[in-house]
Amino acid sequence: MAAYEIEIILNRQLADCLSIPVFITDREGNLIYYNEPAEQILGKRYDDTGEMPVSIWATIFKPVDEKGNVLSPDDLPLVKTLKNCKPYHKTFCIESLNGKIEKIAVTSYPILGRPSRFLGAVALFWETKDE
Amino acid sequence: MKITIRGVRGSIPTSGPATQKYGGNTSCIEVSAEGWQLVLDGGSGMRNSNTLERPLNNRLDILLTHLHMDHIQGLGFFKPFFDPEMEVHIWGPAGSRKSLHARLSKYLSPPLFPMYIRELPCKLILHEVDKSEFEIGPFRVQSQYVIHPGPTVGFRINDGKRIFTYIPDHEPALGIHGIVSDQKWISGFDLASNADLLIHDAQYTTAEYKERTGWGHSSMDDALRFASMACVKKLLMAHHDPNHTDTYLGELLTELKMRNNYSFHFDLAEEGMVIEL
Ligand SMILES: [Zn+2]
Ligand SMILES: [Zn+2]
Repeated sequence: MAAYEIEIILNRQLADCLSIPVFITDREGNLIYYNEPAEQILGKRYDDTGEMPVSIWATIFKPVDEKGNVLSPDDLPLVKTLKNCKPYHKTFCIESLNGKIEKIAVTSYPILGRPSRFLGAVALFWETKDE
Repeated sequence: MKITIRGVRGSIPTSGPATQKYGGNTSCIEVSAEGWQLVLDGGSGMRNSNTLERPLNNRLDILLTHLHMDHIQGLGFFKPFFDPEMEVHIWGPAGSRKSLHARLSKYLSPPLFPMYIRELPCKLILHEVDKSEFEIGPFRVQSQYVIHPGPTVGFRINDGKRIFTYIPDHEPALGIHGIVSDQKWISGFDLASNADLLIHDAQYTTAEYKERTGWGHSSMDDALRFASMACVKKLLMAHHDPNHTDTYLGELLTELKMRNNYSFHFDLAEEGMVIEL
């Protein structure tokens, strides 16, 4: 069981200090860390779940457009970041745990360590109000 | 392997009677086995490495954890560089953009130093490392980035019999919760895991660390906790703060021994110490 690279560790330490929900994945998209604000979105606690394989955590959210049509995973920022090693940003909706549709914006970026090693990705969720 | 400590002072050399016991020279450690020699870091203690016997095949390897001044200031005064018979290898951390050569040249060039690297008479070979594994004679060396400002690695050195880990500048406790309990999330953990000897940053007292969080160093308590979690057999605490006198360091050690009963042996690293591992 190898320890994570410091680039990943430092992203977690930063996430721990933020009031924005932050999700950190490895290169394959497995969820290796989420902070306290992210626990509210997931409806789960990191202490309880630990890491979650992509097959499980990807199904917790139901991303939809404003009319409620389900979005393809390929359109989601984090999925695109993991595929292309580039940052993305998108505003869309998720069906929350109580069935309510909530509008959010997601920014995702790749963790490119020294010297140019792709180590994982981070997704920041911004709660948005209708403007 | 034989380990000789040539310098364990942090940040800046401190000469004078108040720092004579633990030593005033900055980071430099010699490691030898089967006629092969490694020099870890090139702090001011490196000048005292000049008494080294001529190594096997006239080859010498310098392993730099990082390029902060207290780890390279001795390089310009290291005799093997000026010996055309010598083949000197420098292994140092890769950066994001600039090469190791370019970064070393910042110091080894006028006006900070009278010569350029290219003018050194020895045969000089530079190697950039990150998460790397390489062999030097009988030594298998692993390097990995650790938490410290700027590209910084630690080294795990295995001579086939014993494991020696060297992480002189390291802040594994950086973050709001300090060192977390899950080993996977601890910087430097794999380097130190089950080492026979760990030489690790322990620059501050716990109170000092609170004032200097993010400066890249550890408190003595965090060094102990890190060593304990990594199950090392012996810890030598290093990178002594320039403001800590021998008397004060002695008092801190006594207090640490009274307060902790870790199963491994721990002590303060001392200039001139020779360890047969
Ligand atoms: Zn230092
Ligand atoms: Zn340093």
